[in-house]
Amino acid sequence: MDTFLIHLLNSLLYASVLFLIAGGLSLIYGVMRIINLAHGNIYAVGAYATAWAVGRLLGGAPVVLLYAILPVGALAAAALGAVLEPTLLRPLYKRAEEYQLLITFGLLLILEDLIRVVWGPYPLSASSLFEAPGSLTIGETIYPTYNLVVIVVGGLAAAALWAFVYKTKFGVILRATSQNMRMASALGVNVNRVYVQAFTLGCFMAGLGGAIIVPQQGAVLGMGPDALILAFVVVVVGGLGSLEGALLGALMVGVVREVGISLFPEIELAVLYLMAAIVLLIRPAGLFGRA
Amino acid sequence: MIPVPPRRVLVYTIPIALLLFVLPFVVAPYQVALLTYGLTFAIAALGFNLLLGYTGLLSFGHSAYFGMGAYGVAFIVKYFKISSMEAFILGGIVAATAVAALFGFVCVRYTRIFFGILTLALSQVIWSLAFKFFWVTGGTDGLRVPTPSLLGVGMAPGQDKMAFLAHRYYYYVLVIFLVGVAVMWVIVHSPFGKALQAIRDNETRAEFVGVQVRRYRYMAFLVSGVYTGLAGALWVPLNGLTTPDILHWTFSGKIVFFTVLGGFQTFFGPIIGAVVFNYLETYAVGHTVYWQLVLGVVLVFLVLALPGGIVGTAGRVLDRLRKAA
Amino acid sequence: MSLLSTKALVKYFGDTHAVDRVDFTVTQGELLALIGSNGAGKTTLVNLISGLLRADSGQIHFQGTDVTHQSIHERIAEGIARSFQLVNLFDQLSTLDNIALSIFSREGKTRRLFALADHDSAVQDEAMAVLRQFGLEGKARMVAGGLSQGERKLLDVAVAYALRPKLLFLDEPTSGVSTREKAPIMDIITSIVRSGRITAVIIEHDMDVVFKYSDRIVVMHEGAVLADGTPDQIRTNDQVAMTLLGTHV
Repeated sequence: MDTFLIHLLNSLLYASVLFLIAGGLSLIYGVMRIINLAHGNIYAVGAYATAWAVGRLLGGAPVVLLYAILPVGALAAAALGAVLEPTLLRPLYKRAEEYQLLITFGLLLILEDLIRVVWGPYPLSASSLFEAPGSLTIGETIYPTYNLVVIVVGGLAAAALWAFVYKTKFGVILRATSQNMRMASALGVNVNRVYVQAFTLGCFMAGLGGAIIVPQQGAVLGMGPDALILAFVVVVVGGLGSLEGALLGALMVGVVREVGISLFPEIELAVLYLMAAIVLLIRPAGLFGRA
Repeated sequence: MIPVPPRRVLVYTIPIALLLFVLPFVVAPYQVALLTYGLTFAIAALGFNLLLGYTGLLSFGHSAYFGMGAYGVAFIVKYFKISSMEAFILGGIVAATAVAALFGFVCVRYTRIFFGILTLALSQVIWSLAFKFFWVTGGTDGLRVPTPSLLGVGMAPGQDKMAFLAHRYYYYVLVIFLVGVAVMWVIVHSPFGKALQAIRDNETRAEFVGVQVRRYRYMAFLVSGVYTGLAGALWVPLNGLTTPDILHWTFSGKIVFFTVLGGFQTFFGPIIGAVVFNYLETYAVGHTVYWQLVLGVVLVFLVLALPGGIVGTAGRVLDRLRKAA
Repeated sequence: MSLLSTKALVKYFGDTHAVDRVDFTVTQGELLALIGSNGAGKTTLVNLISGLLRADSGQIHFQGTDVTHQSIHERIAEGIARSFQLVNLFDQLSTLDNIALSIFSREGKTRRLFALADHDSAVQDEAMAVLRQFGLEGKARMVAGGLSQGERKLLDVAVAYALRPKLLFLDEPTSGVSTREKAPIMDIITSIVRSGRITAVIIEHDMDVVFKYSDRIVVMHEGAVLADGTPDQIRTNDQVAMTLLGTHV
């Protein structure tokens, strides 16, 4: 029972972060029909910015203050998004998809090295935040309390996002634009503004994912592209452009990965990718996708 | 694309081919070895562009076929203790084709972004297996591949490896490259090639002139896999080692990169792109740790300013000059 | 003799009865016009017969063969071809190659990987002959994307014609071109169809064109066949005049 609970918590922990990354990717695709291959790097920027602020900038500050600056990564990622959309992506909306994918691949290469330029080649850590809340005992196992923080933040973020998209006026505009960009434009929606807002929000989510996981895992080079692929698995399973799908996909990937790590560690990743391929075969648009 | 008559193509290509044959007598061995790398990438680009340029399918998973070509060779060395280049090529192509046959069967049901994501996800399956099954694949250390014998003739005892690669191996690759180019040129100008271009331009109408779209896409996928696998098999003796890096999806990104760099709407563009990219990357890696930044900036610039790539842009400039004259 | 017949053919889009129990026959050798207001189900009927859409129920027989469940290319092999209302061409291929592809496909040559298409002189000559019939021989080396709208409409028909079908469906072959161009285009198409002894079904809105060129007219309304007869019969059919023109004769 206790092992089950621990596995469940681990799955949820992983799913929370994955939901934030994949939810952002999916939101951006839903509104703008662009797959951002640099999305994983945005997540990495969130992780690095938080680790830098917590570990280097304010190393000796009280823990409470450190928790308060945790979201700095999310803000950094959002700011980056707000700059990138109008400068790099906007000129490409009328061009073929190939070019949109390629420019985000170029962005991936650039961000990968910019992170190295800004924060150096060595891993950054924010482990003081991970250690501060201590741990609790589940049965006979010791479990880090911080993991629960991540799960709660992930859950809150999902709820906040749902409320944002379904209960606010901005959410209505966002959904209208994603359903029919021309119609929304004809009805007086400023599509350019919606795009930059959606992209910024998507980046904010990825950055938040990086910010909350970095105390537990640290920030390393290459974390972005790896996370992107897992986010792909999530959105493919759940359906591109669907937030509910991203949530379900993240939970499925979280569980399968946790089961995989304990039962068949060699092929854990392969199983995830195969899961994505199988879902695509059976339901091309994903479980929650619109064809 | 309006076809260029074969005779006019030969007028341009024969002098270039001759130039490539005398090159080892003119430039330093290191430069020749570098070009050999470029030629292997060019073979991959030719295969890749049959899908992108001629069939309209953007694969983000071609690392799988390049990598299978390379690992196929490494397995032949590891399990059969053979080091004949002809066996290498056979093994590499068989391995790559087997994977392409399997993945292609799944992927050709989709187009556009879904095709891209699916090819990417499946290629990552191979990467993660190579990464995790270290007792078979050597994990991140990879597998070593010795210098092979070419047509039964091995490296002379005491011969410098670089000299071998820059001379005999270069000619070996060059001949295969030229044959590969010629064959691909015929394929894209064959009735089959026209059918692929028709599918690219208008899938529905292609169906309504009797082209079975999915089947033809699958055939294109297989041919593309064979070329990319061949490229991987030719590449690995140069490198002497194969690691999971060439199976990672970012390597697929590089294949897309150099195809677009050269110009995917032209036949020769991807070849030029692969060779130029190889120089660019080698130069960037040699001069700065921030080589990815250099490549990224080049790619972004290319997409924003020169979407026709090197050959496409050069063609347009030449047209304009001709009209002005 | 009936070349094609549908029996109780049905296609619903949600609650819309796009094609509602339609019995439709085409007789060997005739030039039939399929008319009706927008949304009458003409194009849906053609889509069902050509295989673009699958019927919800009912049957389609072509020369005695049940083709209801056949794939598109099987129906093409049987001899059913079509053109499109919105021009559907291979825009980056040359005008000649657009036609040549139909011929390669018809002869099963598109499976050839290792032969140059341009060197198959039989196919090239035939493609050129087709272009000549349609008055497009001067544009043979131009990409199809660079043709004028009228030329594109003609090429669209020519691509289907080059398959040498037994039954050719032409979906509004003159839509989107100027009134001045309509008659020449119809003249070309009808003379080719008649001289090639091809049975043809033309969907058309322009009543002058319909009455001038067709042997028989089928009128559709709200997914069903409203009337069927010679141009003279249809012209004097009060019900048709009511529904199509909103007036009595």
